[in-house]
Amino acid sequence: MPTRRRALFILAALVGLAVLSIALALVVGSIAVSPAEVFASLFQGADGMAGEVVRSLRLPRALAAFACGGLLALAGALLQVLLRNPLADPYVLGISGGAGVGALLAILLGLTTVGINGLAFAGALGAMLVVFGLAHGDGSWTQTRLLLTGVIVAAGCGAVVALMLSIAPEYKLRGMLFWLMGDLSQSNDPQLVLGVLTAVLLISLPFARELNLLARGADTAQTLGVAVERLRRGVYIVASVATAAAVTHAGSIGFIGLIVPHLVRLAAGNDQRLLLPASVLAGGSLLVIADTLARTIVAPQQLPVGVLTALIGVPVFLFLLARDPQTRR
Amino acid sequence: MTMPLLQAQALTVAIGGKTICRDFDLTLHVGECLAILGRNGAGKSTLLSVLAGLRAPQAGAVRIAGASYATLGPRRSALIRGWLPQARADAFSSTVLECALVGRHPHLARWDWESEHDAQIARAALAAVGLADFAARDVQTLSGGERQRLAIATLLTQAPQLYLLDEPIAHLDLNHQIAALQLFAERAAQEQVGCAMVMHEPGLAVRFCDRALLLFDDGSTRFGACADVVTAESLSRLYGYPLREIRDGEQRWFIPA
Repeated sequence: MPTRRRALFILAALVGLAVLSIALALVVGSIAVSPAEVFASLFQGADGMAGEVVRSLRLPRALAAFACGGLLALAGALLQVLLRNPLADPYVLGISGGAGVGALLAILLGLTTVGINGLAFAGALGAMLVVFGLAHGDGSWTQTRLLLTGVIVAAGCGAVVALMLSIAPEYKLRGMLFWLMGDLSQSNDPQLVLGVLTAVLLISLPFARELNLLARGADTAQTLGVAVERLRRGVYIVASVATAAAVTHAGSIGFIGLIVPHLVRLAAGNDQRLLLPASVLAGGSLLVIADTLARTIVAPQQLPVGVLTALIGVPVFLFLLARDPQTRR
Repeated sequence: MTMPLLQAQALTVAIGGKTICRDFDLTLHVGECLAILGRNGAGKSTLLSVLAGLRAPQAGAVRIAGASYATLGPRRSALIRGWLPQARADAFSSTVLECALVGRHPHLARWDWESEHDAQIARAALAAVGLADFAARDVQTLSGGERQRLAIATLLTQAPQLYLLDEPIAHLDLNHQIAALQLFAERAAQEQVGCAMVMHEPGLAVRFCDRALLLFDDGSTRFGACADVVTAESLSRLYGYPLREIRDGEQRWFIPA
């Protein structure tokens, strides 16, 4: 039986994991910084090379990675409930496709980072409105219709992305590919994504028990006292904004949104009151660790972090899945 | 005269261009059990979902305990009426106890977690449908009949006054069919509740229900006491097949001629 005590215990452990992952990100890198120096630069305002690297490079990047990972995992958890489909992820409704079209267009036009982010966000919102409008058009708003509309819009965006990649000049291709695979190297201002993460988590948590009911079916939820239509619309908007913010900041980083909610579900059960905050903490930590590896494994070369999240996430997920049948009866 | 638990006034319901009932009135009081009978596609489930507030009627009004669903809002409605769906699919795994505890939702405040008291109610409900030993099982490993009994247990955990049951004995074997119907009939007789259930077996309907609603294919209806409404003649017309009544003491059974 789910209890608040157990949930708080698990969350405390995950907070520990998050702190550890960020600490790791601050210590590890091409320039050696000892834990003592990290501590000094964070809490005593120590100057010098180490302080500069930690405060203005590694910390913002680690926090941005944490926020994006948390946003993607939260969006994935919410969409899996909304669509009642364990295969749903933040990208299933075409939001990252829309962002991809916007971002690649901006790169193609030679815009600056601000322009890329702006167009990516506009593309994400555009895709979100198109899917919502089309799926909601006739008043019926079934999961299948929403899912199908999202998949089709995502496929359309994918085609446009492929088209832009094929006509792009050689020297822009690398930047475009990195954006598509997810890249945190441009992260120096994590405040906005951290703010969005805090906001969407605080908005979702009061509705967590209602989401438990929604996961068991819309009609059942309605007869047990959930205002289903309003809740669904809210979940759609919150998940979309979370995805759009993460994708705009870091490109379409795969697997976090699909795998992290499942990891948490396998380990701690499917109670959204625990699952939502736990997914944020686990998703954030996973992306911080993956990004740290991405910039250190073949340093000074950087790998696309999306590749790393998949390389870490897939074996862990498969292990838990294989272990699962024995633990449940 | 007490307030009716369920009241439908001048109800017109249609689905897919087919009119299920027109200008139809129905009242159900505490202590009453209503059987809804009709052929496949006659609109039994659709009418029940209108009565449950899940679907808007084309015309007319539905009231539970004197108030409309819109006035009550979903949460207060959930304290009055419960609904047993005909089909269910579990997208995610959870334990049987967690599934039954879902019924406590309308009784809990927004930040509440289920207490030991709630768990006791859920365990009692599981015991009432013979699932006492299943509390820790994964719902995705249950058989069809066990899953059906779990859905009934979830409804008992919700403890509404009005039970709207869409084929409550589907998937159940004979002993559990009788046990489930007995359970609802007893609740109706002893506690302050009423039931309306979609049924396929007229013999069980007249045995456990005191009122019946017949939904004919042409959109006409018959509503009244089982003794008056459920006869070999009306059933033959209802199902489009001649039926014969067999009496065994107090009990009446209907068999295809």
